[in-house]
Amino acid sequence: MQRKLFIFVFTIVVVVFFLGAWLNLRVVEPVESTPVGGMAVNVSIGGPFELTNHTGARVTDEFLRGSYALIYFGYTFCPDICPTGLGDIAVTLDELGDDGGHVIPVMITIDPERDTPEVLADYVPLFHERLVGLTGTEADIKDIAEKYRVFYRRFEDPNLTFYLMDHTSFIYLLDPKGRTVSMFRYGTSPEEMAGSIRKHMLSRANTYQTQFGSPP
Amino acid sequence: MIARFISASVTILFLATPAWANEQRSEHFLISHAWSRATAPSQKVGAVFMTIATNGDKTDRLIGALSSAAESVQIHGHTTVNNVMRMRQVGGIDIPADGDITLAPGGLHIMLIGLKAPLLENTLVPLVLEFEKAGTLEIEAEVEAPGAKQASSRAPAKSTESHGSSSGHRGHKH
Repeated sequence: MQRKLFIFVFTIVVVVFFLGAWLNLRVVEPVESTPVGGMAVNVSIGGPFELTNHTGARVTDEFLRGSYALIYFGYTFCPDICPTGLGDIAVTLDELGDDGGHVIPVMITIDPERDTPEVLADYVPLFHERLVGLTGTEADIKDIAEKYRVFYRRFEDPNLTFYLMDHTSFIYLLDPKGRTVSMFRYGTSPEEMAGSIRKHMLSRANTYQTQFGSPP
Repeated sequence: MIARFISASVTILFLATPAWANEQRSEHFLISHAWSRATAPSQKVGAVFMTIATNGDKTDRLIGALSSAAESVQIHGHTTVNNVMRMRQVGGIDIPADGDITLAPGGLHIMLIGLKAPLLENTLVPLVLEFEKAGTLEIEAEVEAPGAKQASSRAPAKSTESHGSSSGHRGHKH
């Protein structure tokens, strides 16, 4: 009897463990490697948004149409990870040379309380003259973060007079139709990101040629 | 054969320590490539990175720091759990007797909190490091570009190569 109970409990534990592991993998690893570099996105990531840019204007995702976009979620009160990510985006655009002009760099704050349009206006040009800073209400940010499966959380330490943000740190590549076509993990080199973007551009141009006979 | 070995060793030595390497020595430590990143006026925090090695065979522990450029200074590290980056204060950093410790982006850094003025590229940030055994040590960190990933003093010499964008130098070295 005790043996049966043990087997029952053991089975439950194993099932729960694998279910947990599966759920965890499903949420955290929605992507897998492909030959184009970065990670291919095989679940729906991204979606429409309405946010305020660093000049104070309300914009929707429509402003990205017709161009590729590299989107980073971060916050300005972040001395290490975010400048690294944004610096990498800037270098990636440099690596792309003229093609870099077809990519819009975007930083979306996950800390709208501190990152007002004014704060972003002060911050974004440090990294790239075309970097667009986006902020919004808490609800706006929650909405877009959910669409991009960005995890963020405020961390308050009673010993500190300020709060920090825990956050995922991916860079998302959107194609000119606004579809998320790749995600780059923190630490992916600008060379690798540029190579991946070039392959996406090339594959898109080839598709166009096959369908319509001449380049756009 | 021996001559070639010596010649190779000398070459390696020169490669390892270029004449213009940013090094600050004290009785107990060799601090190399201390650097920070330029900040925007609205940014109230900055980070300082460096390599710390002991001069000799004594271990020590970095337990704190101070800077006249900031209201307070803390030692921070990162952990990544399920792709979520968490930056947290750490109690100190052990300095091994026979090696060195590098504070670098994505890992350990000295966080400047409540910057009194923005950190400007190509200036120096003063810093006082506090060690458990050796006491305090005053150093200066070079301020690099906002998105820099390493000290320019660490980069290879052909660092002026440009990649065509008009916005130019951003601290990335090739």
